[in-house]
Amino acid sequence: MIALLLRDMRLGVRSGGGFGLGLAFFLIVIVLVPFGVGPDSEILARIAPGILWVGALLACLLSLDRIFQLDYEDGTLDLLATAPIPMEGAVAVKALAHWLVTGLPLTLSAPIFATLLNLESPGHIWVFLSLLIGTPALSMIGAFGAALTVGLKRGGLLLSLLVLPLYIPTLIFGAEAATRGAAGLENATPLALMAGITAGSIALLPFAASAAIRVNLR
Amino acid sequence: MELLVDNLTVTRGGLPVLEGVTFDMRPGQVVMLRGPNGSGKTTLLRTLAGLQPPMEGSVSVEPEAIAYGAHADGLKSTLSVAENLQFWASVYGTHDIAPALAAFNLNGLTTRAAGNLSAGQKRRLGLARLLVTGREIWLLDEPTVSLDVASVGLFADAVRAHVGQGGSALIATHIDMGLEAREVDVTPFRADPNGSPRVATAFDEAFT
Repeated sequence: MIALLLRDMRLGVRSGGGFGLGLAFFLIVIVLVPFGVGPDSEILARIAPGILWVGALLACLLSLDRIFQLDYEDGTLDLLATAPIPMEGAVAVKALAHWLVTGLPLTLSAPIFATLLNLESPGHIWVFLSLLIGTPALSMIGAFGAALTVGLKRGGLLLSLLVLPLYIPTLIFGAEAATRGAAGLENATPLALMAGITAGSIALLPFAASAAIRVNLR
Repeated sequence: MELLVDNLTVTRGGLPVLEGVTFDMRPGQVVMLRGPNGSGKTTLLRTLAGLQPPMEGSVSVEPEAIAYGAHADGLKSTLSVAENLQFWASVYGTHDIAPALAAFNLNGLTTRAAGNLSAGQKRRLGLARLLVTGREIWLLDEPTVSLDVASVGLFADAVRAHVGQGGSALIATHIDMGLEAREVDVTPFRADPNGSPRVATAFDEAFT
């Protein structure tokens, strides 16, 4: 399992793996927003948590189809399915690798990028915290979507259509927690609900995803 | 470990391709699976490897005892030869990749990225994976594709060493690689291509 994690992270960081791609996309989205909305720093500060969350979500989406598609195409998935690792574990580990390569850099960079949107302290901390709790769910739900579309050639678009609606609850609670936190209001409830979604998807989706992969491998 | 295949029916796309397949393979044996293109050799091997369920019949061995070598080698082009092999060794809980590298003459290529290998070298690396699985039964799907004569010799040696240690190998191939082997021809087991689909799933039952 650890071998699989290390291999996936190594692949993600090497050329063609998509590391940095999500981060650069995230930065560009954040930079573009003031051009679209205008330079009014008050408006920017108000919408910053939401923009950061939507940007992180879209950046996460970019690399989802790599989770299983490349392994499917070169035959690794067949061999993994016959290897002594349970498929559920392999799915969870691959989602974790995706999070470490995509979600974690996004989370770490969000407080810095928040400065570009004029978000003031303590908004930084709440954006960071809500992303830290929420992005694992994005990777896990995305891995489930990737498992469903693994047998399809160029299934990336279908994957986005499948996964984006499933991201809505995480987005609502995540952005709400960050916005309320930035405004200095009580935000324990949205944080707890989002943590619940994350915990639930980590607990349940590996089983659903591995079942989908087994069907797709037949 | 003895592989007993009894009255096995395997399907592809919901249609049976082979029916009533029955044969056995004892430790120390090599069995060559013969049959023309499209006769269902790959489907049979995938079913035995546990990648798809059989429609009927039974296989005596759990997929956990089987190492499956598919058409595709499952190599990552951005990882080096040693990294690719080390990954599979770790997955299977063996850790020593040196004998496998030596057996397939890959020692000079360990630091080369797999993407820069020739087709034959990739194949050799894919076959070297079998040696690090440490499993008794090998199921191989056309293992000699794109190998030159010398590499086929290396492969035959590896299979001989494997069966010499009490393992066994079921090999679907069209060529003669000079191994002492029994042959199983799948042609007599072919399902009637004009037969009606007999897929019995719960999904279909709801509509009948």
